[in-house]
Amino acid sequence: MFPAATKFFGRVSPPVGHCVSGASRSAIGRRLSTLAVLEQRGGQLKHGSLRSFTAAQKLGGHVHGFIAGSKVTAAAEEAAHMDGVEQITTVENEIYEKGLPESYAQLLVDNIKKGNYTHVVASHTAFGKSILPRVAALLDSQQISDVTSIEDEKTFVRPIYAGNAIATVESSDPVKIITIRGTAFAPAAPGSGSATVVPGADPKAEATSEWVSEDLAKSDRPDLATASKVVSGGRGLKSKQDFDKVMLPLADALGAAVGASRAAVDSGYADNSLQVGQTGKVVAPQLYMAVGISGAIQHLAGMKDSKVIAAINKDADAPIFQVADVGLVGDLFEKVPELTGKIRNSKA
Amino acid sequence: MSALRILVPVKRVIDYAVKPRVNKAQTGVETAGVKHSMNPFDELSIEESVRIREKKRAPGGVEDICAISAGPAKAQDILRTAMAMGADRAIHVEVKEGEELEPLMVAKLLKKAAEQQKSNLVVLGKQSIDDDAGQTGQMLAGLLGWPQATQASKVEFGEGDSVVVTQEVDGGVETIRAKLPMVVTTDLRLNEPRYASLPNIMKAKKKKLEKMTLEDFGLANEKRLKVLKVTEPPARQGGGKVEDVDGLVSKLKEMGAL
Repeated sequence: MFPAATKFFGRVSPPVGHCVSGASRSAIGRRLSTLAVLEQRGGQLKHGSLRSFTAAQKLGGHVHGFIAGSKVTAAAEEAAHMDGVEQITTVENEIYEKGLPESYAQLLVDNIKKGNYTHVVASHTAFGKSILPRVAALLDSQQISDVTSIEDEKTFVRPIYAGNAIATVESSDPVKIITIRGTAFAPAAPGSGSATVVPGADPKAEATSEWVSEDLAKSDRPDLATASKVVSGGRGLKSKQDFDKVMLPLADALGAAVGASRAAVDSGYADNSLQVGQTGKVVAPQLYMAVGISGAIQHLAGMKDSKVIAAINKDADAPIFQVADVGLVGDLFEKVPELTGKIRNSKA
Repeated sequence: MSALRILVPVKRVIDYAVKPRVNKAQTGVETAGVKHSMNPFDELSIEESVRIREKKRAPGGVEDICAISAGPAKAQDILRTAMAMGADRAIHVEVKEGEELEPLMVAKLLKKAAEQQKSNLVVLGKQSIDDDAGQTGQMLAGLLGWPQATQASKVEFGEGDSVVVTQEVDGGVETIRAKLPMVVTTDLRLNEPRYASLPNIMKAKKKKLEKMTLEDFGLANEKRLKVLKVTEPPARQGGGKVEDVDGLVSKLKEMGAL
């Protein structure tokens, strides 16, 4: 491609009457425009996915949203109020409701081509992780995963090696496909936007897989990925009964989401979906309280961008204390109930 | 039901227990003299393939398990490990030391390999722990036009080439059904990989390891991303310890966290 021309014309209108070469002309014809892929469930917009708008706005250029499913009109209307968004493309068809990658990827490819987008952004969630690489391959583009910062329209920052190194990469692909780390981009606030809602292309792609069932953990507590406070338990909790007895009251006293280390999940103390770390969720809350967690590098990968880290562990040499802003050495079975009580009292 | 011909891509990466260090030139992480192993998710792929055979889980049986890796000469070590765990044979696609392949390139290579080997099931790890991209399996499925199941925690086979996969998703699990040929990526909870026994390590030395190059597949390495720099993440300073719960509460209040 023509990086210099794209960079210049992507941001500024060319001077009127200026003689442009064929190469530059194609760059003008293709102004920077981003399609942000939104997620929904049963017609309800997933608000976390609106962070794609925040990332899209960092890129500059036009910002469009995309949403598909059985009934997405209400969700599209809601997304249309976000500031800086010009258009929401909707496709209403039951085959896209469950986000099956075979049909949904084809749907996205057709709409990306139709809209002539230069950038496509989605959240690095189970949905984004499953569908975007398939889309990228179909468009012959090398996706950039789990982006934490956007330097310019072709330069992106992402963690590698479980967050032990930070890579800055420059993409030469004509269509840049990125997934973003939700915690690295501010939530989009409902604004006074009035984007137009338009129907998109529907290839009615054949679904070669079929949704059978799901089993989602039900919880009234805040969502782990976006909670402002997280309390997380590890191997030190000893059993599921103890995990529930010690951690849940603390979470409720703080109004926090519950997380867990891989050891706690593998031992069956907590559900798989609560795992925080390189292979689980990445969180960055205001407060992360690690209880009975030693602090292996794979776990730190999922929480070390938290604003304040507190740790309670009986081993004074546990690596978690090297990153914790405040540490307490002691038996969690004594200290946590005492802490829970004091937090409750201070609120009462 | 077709007999399974399973292709298992494996990657040699810095061992998960090693804390990687960024090199002085800020072009990457130090790899010289650092312990390398098979990517942990790829061990799960091999283990699952071998278990499908051992437990006779597929009605059509398992005809072949072929491990494949693209990388420098040392990638052969992990292919031997894969064979010691139970893979029948291996293909090593030699890539010069220091020349990395991006996931899209690997997917293109695996597409050719799957076609050439007449594979009907490709089992990959959900991500490699070095690049953390999590793309190759999905890209491969897209290029082949096959169905995909990602982050699998359970894989079952039924009549008529049907495959039922439970996938780990945000908030729980989701089960999907598709038909062979398909691509599956493995998640932590799928199984517990075995250790290769000494007799099996010896036997693996006699198994067939075919050496190939990208050119043999009609491909040339093409990079889309230029790494401008690699840096250390901002260091976090521990804030020290407090004596008791009251100290913890007051410190947290002081920092505005409570």
